[in-house]
Amino acid sequence: MSLDIFLQHFFNALTLGSLYALIAIGYTMVYGILRLINFAHGDILMVGAYFVFFGTFAFGWPWGVSALLAVAGASVLGIVVEKAAYRPLRDAPRISALISAIAVSFFIESLAVVVFTGQPRPVLQPEWLVSEWQLGGVRILPLTAFVPAMTMALVVILLYIVYHTKPGLAMRAISKDIETTRLLGVKVDNIIALTFGIGSALAAASGIMWALRYPQVHPYMGIMPGLKAFIAAVFGGIGSIQGAVIGGVTLGFVEIMTVAFMPDLSGYRDAFAFVLLVLVLLFKPTGLLGESMEEKI
Amino acid sequence: MRLDRNTFLSIAVMALFGLMLVQAETFLGDYQIYIVKLIFINAILALSLNLIYGFTGMFSLGHAGFIAIGAYVSALCILSPEQKEMMWILEPIIWPFSTLFTPFWVSVLAGGAVAALCALVIALPVLRLGDDYLGIATLGFAEIIRVVIVNATPVTNGSLGIKGIPGHATLLSCYGWTLFTLIVLARLVFSNFGNVLRCIRDNEIAARVMGINVFCYKVLSFCLGAFFAGIGGALLGTHLSTIDPKMFNFLLTFNVLMFVVAGGLGSLTGSLLGAAIITVLLEWLRAIEEPMNLGFVELPGIPGMRMVVFSLVLLGIILYRREGIMGTRELTWKSLGTLFGRGKQ
Repeated sequence: MSLDIFLQHFFNALTLGSLYALIAIGYTMVYGILRLINFAHGDILMVGAYFVFFGTFAFGWPWGVSALLAVAGASVLGIVVEKAAYRPLRDAPRISALISAIAVSFFIESLAVVVFTGQPRPVLQPEWLVSEWQLGGVRILPLTAFVPAMTMALVVILLYIVYHTKPGLAMRAISKDIETTRLLGVKVDNIIALTFGIGSALAAASGIMWALRYPQVHPYMGIMPGLKAFIAAVFGGIGSIQGAVIGGVTLGFVEIMTVAFMPDLSGYRDAFAFVLLVLVLLFKPTGLLGESMEEKI
Repeated sequence: MRLDRNTFLSIAVMALFGLMLVQAETFLGDYQIYIVKLIFINAILALSLNLIYGFTGMFSLGHAGFIAIGAYVSALCILSPEQKEMMWILEPIIWPFSTLFTPFWVSVLAGGAVAALCALVIALPVLRLGDDYLGIATLGFAEIIRVVIVNATPVTNGSLGIKGIPGHATLLSCYGWTLFTLIVLARLVFSNFGNVLRCIRDNEIAARVMGINVFCYKVLSFCLGAFFAGIGGALLGTHLSTIDPKMFNFLLTFNVLMFVVAGGLGSLTGSLLGAAIITVLLEWLRAIEEPMNLGFVELPGIPGMRMVVFSLVLLGIILYRREGIMGTRELTWKSLGTLFGRGKQ
């Protein structure tokens, strides 16, 4: 394989990995606090992408404005989902909350089919993101640099919030011991809602960039990325933000590079993540960074 | 087996119901018969998941995978070699499968057996996990099975699926298989084996402390559940006459989970009721996707609305009536007796 083709694969993998990482962070934050797999997370990603689609096409807003509004809208949706479907079940067995999450996921998907119709829609790509760059012999899209850069920026902001602000401190406290945190006067419900809001905003950001990378939106676009990102979160060690980022990027590289080096396996691409999951669960169920409890939020 | 009054009553009711089904074609239309068959098949699927999740407490989201295996294996067994040669247009079918040709009941059992075998392979690594990790891992396996089915074209005909599966699943045979499932599971669940399973579900550590080989029992229960899921899948295949990999996605697992949750986790009769009610509800909800005339106003049909209502129903059940219709209780002659003849006891 020549260097320039390898570099192209490398950037593709980095892009895909960053997208997985952003989604995985939402899973890992919610799981760290509530021990709940938020099945609806992937669908919030889809809703975010649709918001941008409608912002740009139906209302003619510029892409940046639509993206910001979509992120805000998606985080509101995440908070609403938490309030309606998860909060009443907080003291119920964990599996009940999980079934509730599955139901919410199907509800959002089927509602999207009704409202947006099941047809895939093309997405507007801003000109400056898709005009090719020439770097030596390598042609890359600005998009493949934009997505990892954006991801980096968002992760830095998130880490600042979690480790250097009061709400972030409360989040980390809740993940250790929810009852004691409540006794210390923290408004636990608000902090949990905030966690859902942040996670959903990141999912929406990922969904918007996903729609740029694979330029269409459809109601089921969130399922596979969602599942795979959850696997990435498990791989990195659930509960750890850094772990989610590492897991997401690793998964992106595994998917792209395996197909790049062994094209025969391209049909099995969707199965790689699950094979990875089974291997992780067998040999190191806590994931890469799962053991160090201080990292959990 | 001691033949007491209640057993006798149950056998009488089952026989009567069977007789009624023999005559069903005289008073039911094709569509109703289609629905009744679907109810039986769904009941088998619900019972099998209930064994795994409701009685043993293993949250498995991999049911669609086992159903797919059952459907594909039995379809491969049941189709005649000529049909298979004609259908595999992308790549010719490979040897042992091309000549396979077995009677209906053998192929259904084969579907179940292969599903159970796959379950055994999956169970050994996965069942060491608990709760939601188990759910995700089994979901992953179901997805892997689906991807393999899509890509193993010389065996499964890839994404084209298999068409023209002979419709051996008559009303009576569906009923027979449902009874078979129900009786086997009832005998198991109300034996000491069942007690052990419930013990594992309620407190795994206590079970282990009492000297129960928890892992062994879990594997047994998982494989048995997969066996019946395979049987259900085989019947589903002949019932629909067409199968393709897209059918066996997560939505199918979700449907089965819905039957079990609605009926009551850990209740066999609950699963039967749940499957019947939800299947009828799903068919009945088709009405809201068609244009409605309320006399004064014409409502346009909304395609896709069915699944919205369906998921809201599940959400409602889980939020407001978590134990489902039956909870862990069973519908027995005794409970019916107390319900109707209060004075007697």
